[in-house]
Amino acid sequence: MATLSVSASRTAAPRVLKSRAVGKLLLLALLTAVLLPFLSRWGNGSWPHELTVSLSSPLTSASNWVIDNRDSHPLFLYFFGYISNAVVLSVRAVYLTLLAAGWTGVTVFGALVAWRVAGVRLAAGTAVAFLACGALGMWVPTMQTLALMVAAVLASVIVGALLGLAAGLSDRLDRALRPVLDTMQVLPAFAYLLPVVLVFGIGVPAAVLATVVYAAPPMARLTALGLRGADPEVLEAVESLGATRRQRLLSARIPLARGELLLGLNQTIMMALSMAVIASVIGAGGLGDRVYQALASVDVGQALAAGIPIVLLAIVLDRVTAAAGDDRTASTAPTAHPRTIGWAYVLAVTVAVALAGRLLHGLNWPAGWTLDIAAPVNRAVDWMTAHLYSGVPVVGGTADWAGHFTTWILDPVRSGLQWLPWWSVLLVVAALAWLIGTWATALTAVLAMAAIGVLGVWDPALDTLSQVLAAVAVTLVLGFATGIAAARSDRVERALRPVLDVFQTMPQFVYLIPVVALFGVGRAPAVAAAVVYALPAVVRITAQGLRQVDPAALESARSLGATGRQQLWQVQLPLARRSLLLAVNQGVVLVLAVVIIGGLVGGGALGYNVAFGLAQGDLATGLVAGAAIVCLGLMLDRVTQPTGRRAKKGA
Amino acid sequence: MRRRTTALTATAVVGSLALLTGCGAADMTKQASPFANAQGAKSVTLSVQSWVGAQSNVAVAQYLLEHKLGYRVDTVQVDEVPAWDALSQGRVDAILEDWGHPDQEKRYVEDKKTIARAGDLGVTGHIGWFVPTYLAKQHPDITDWKNLNKYASLFRTAESGGKGQLMDGSPSYVTNDKALVNNLKLDYQVVFAGSEAAQITQMRQFAKEKKPFLTYWYSPQWLFKKVPMTEVKLPPYKEGCDADAAKIACAYPHTPLQKYLNADFAKSGGRAAAFLKKFTWTTEDQNEVSLMIADQKLSPEDAAKKWVDSHPGVWRKWLS
Repeated sequence: MATLSVSASRTAAPRVLKSRAVGKLLLLALLTAVLLPFLSRWGNGSWPHELTVSLSSPLTSASNWVIDNRDSHPLFLYFFGYISNAVVLSVRAVYLTLLAAGWTGVTVFGALVAWRVAGVRLAAGTAVAFLACGALGMWVPTMQTLALMVAAVLASVIVGALLGLAAGLSDRLDRALRPVLDTMQVLPAFAYLLPVVLVFGIGVPAAVLATVVYAAPPMARLTALGLRGADPEVLEAVESLGATRRQRLLSARIPLARGELLLGLNQTIMMALSMAVIASVIGAGGLGDRVYQALASVDVGQALAAGIPIVLLAIVLDRVTAAAGDDRTASTAPTAHPRTIGWAYVLAVTVAVALAGRLLHGLNWPAGWTLDIAAPVNRAVDWMTAHLYSGVPVVGGTADWAGHFTTWILDPVRSGLQWLPWWSVLLVVAALAWLIGTWATALTAVLAMAAIGVLGVWDPALDTLSQVLAAVAVTLVLGFATGIAAARSDRVERALRPVLDVFQTMPQFVYLIPVVALFGVGRAPAVAAAVVYALPAVVRITAQGLRQVDPAALESARSLGATGRQQLWQVQLPLARRSLLLAVNQGVVLVLAVVIIGGLVGGGALGYNVAFGLAQGDLATGLVAGAAIVCLGLMLDRVTQPTGRRAKKGA
Repeated sequence: MRRRTTALTATAVVGSLALLTGCGAADMTKQASPFANAQGAKSVTLSVQSWVGAQSNVAVAQYLLEHKLGYRVDTVQVDEVPAWDALSQGRVDAILEDWGHPDQEKRYVEDKKTIARAGDLGVTGHIGWFVPTYLAKQHPDITDWKNLNKYASLFRTAESGGKGQLMDGSPSYVTNDKALVNNLKLDYQVVFAGSEAAQITQMRQFAKEKKPFLTYWYSPQWLFKKVPMTEVKLPPYKEGCDADAAKIACAYPHTPLQKYLNADFAKSGGRAAAFLKKFTWTTEDQNEVSLMIADQKLSPEDAAKKWVDSHPGVWRKWLS
């Protein structure tokens, strides 16, 4: 799921920037000239062996220690054991409540909450979404996922809000937490399932905790942002009334930050939902597990039947929480947003309907009321692969394209990267990161890249990097083109919106089989899946950025007689530069997340190593590859994220 | 509102847990899934591995447990090694098809005694290298490893970098292929499809166009009915020839597949445990169900129902 990182505005005159850039490059060149004789002592090929550290024996013994002591050591009995128990019991409590309410009760409750928070239209949408989950034959898995989500989101919100509170109130903590949150946010989720599994074993506790790690950062970030952004005049007024620090926090700062808090909740829910699917790899159960099991029997239709409820849940939860965040205006002008129904009624009606449903036809979804979509979907996929895979006249089949893409683009990029002397890779990283950010960003990026070498996975990491670069290039070309089209025509944007919603929330696993059927096994299908996943975010950010370009600037260009094309190239695109950079950044992070999953379709490299580690319980292979992915993500993020020193004031 | 109520329930639950257990130890090796035993039904949790044969075992066992013995069955998809760990912790109650994990057996069955053997599944598994039969008919000598180098160029793909491609499957499977290619000095590159689903999809695409391919594969497997394949002869397997992973230069063994139960469940699992211990069927039975699931796209439940309805003689014995 796409999360837009919050970054403050940057205002710098391009000319100053250019001269600074030249200065930076000169300094870097000088530094290299001094260091080069020293560095090339270790050779000019891939990362020198003398500079690696082998972690496999300590990791293997750590893993054995955990397995041997898990049922006896106090650390597990009195600490992890309680956490694990608490997770199991709370998920169970929610699950039993949902089952007890029955499908009628849950649907009505969902619809009434949506009505109360967001109006009649969303209420109807919510009801339809829940009924669709039942009609697809996915009622019980949907409830399991929902139970998992409630527990995970609750925990993420608590953890995130506490971290955010700390960061919002103390500058020192804010500085300390910022890199931690940054790192948590660029981590590809797949990478850190392994350590959680080792401690907690497979199943719900591990899944919930992995989800919390993944979903808490946006809550923390937005809480801190909200607390810091509180209007100083209001705070002054409250202070002058003699309020204590705590009163000030509770009566002014938190209520003022309500919008950000709800946006944080919204982001947390979306990330938790995407993680709930990935966590099926470690036995989380629910809808994700259904998707995963359907894929094992190469049943795209069944995978889609389980994927659609996930999309519906995501869209409903997104719209409802977003609407809750928007109605800040409503509290000041109650007439603008008439309250339709009170919380007491919501509960009363739910209980009444649930009881009535129970009496009429039991709690379970009626067996006859299901819709089989699997068969037609599979027929469509079969047709597609039978007719597109190869032998299409003139253009060639998808398999041929994939072959050409691999030989003409992926192979040269990979061998190019692996041919470069190791120190020159570091140099390029340093130069890119420094040009776009500060010396601190450059340092982080270089250290992250160097850590990959030290871990001893330099070559596979560059292989993964080559896939990421190719996928990002394709994503950006398609994404910018579509984004420009969407920005210039309302009709295109309206038509695109549901498509983007679906692509963005559909679990990545669903794409894996169709891409293999179209592109064969290898790196090409991994790249294709990554492009499909990252495209929506790039399109959205591009379109939004172009639309926000100052209308006055456009107007004046138009009055000077600029054509549509000139307006686009000379006014809109340059002015939307910041959004475009953000689109690049998000594209990179999202692509990396899927290229890793591409290990499951023959992508090889780091993704395969992580999958291998998970499948074989091999901590040494899996964890090292996971750490390398994290470093790669961190490096790519730094190299593409514009952060100016001066821009840090607001956020 | 929902958030608050759940917060309240969650704190209430955690609080009552603390009260119940006093400040005692919370043994996390003794926890079932939160979805187990819902609505007061007796329940069994079965682990499913990613290949279809394993799904078939589970589907039939699940169907009989639910419809003949009145249990509620939860299934969890887990890879083989993590499944052993989950079994020892009681997160799942049974593995119905294990392809041989001596390390895990030693650790959990013999040392820790948290997992109990539950006998043969009745199916014998075999891993090997296979080429499609249409290719073996064209080049009869291709089925001996000694001639593979001659044909390497036939198997070249974009991923294999100028060598022949030997396609391997999921990272969870037992494989010595990299060592074999190396030790037998074969001009081949092992390409990992990364999952069985990807591997099957690719094999069917190749077969549709009658293209040559060489793949790691195993029997029993339903795909043989759809894509007939012939095994490539490797140097014969001898007891212990696969002891040193780096020096392996022999074929894979024939393995009678095993069932394992969580030790506590084996003792106190009642009729469900007794049933799972008696569960044994033939390769043909398993393939019949697998083909319905994977090829005819029946849901595992429907496939199991069909099989159960037509083979009463086989499963009656398991229930007695």
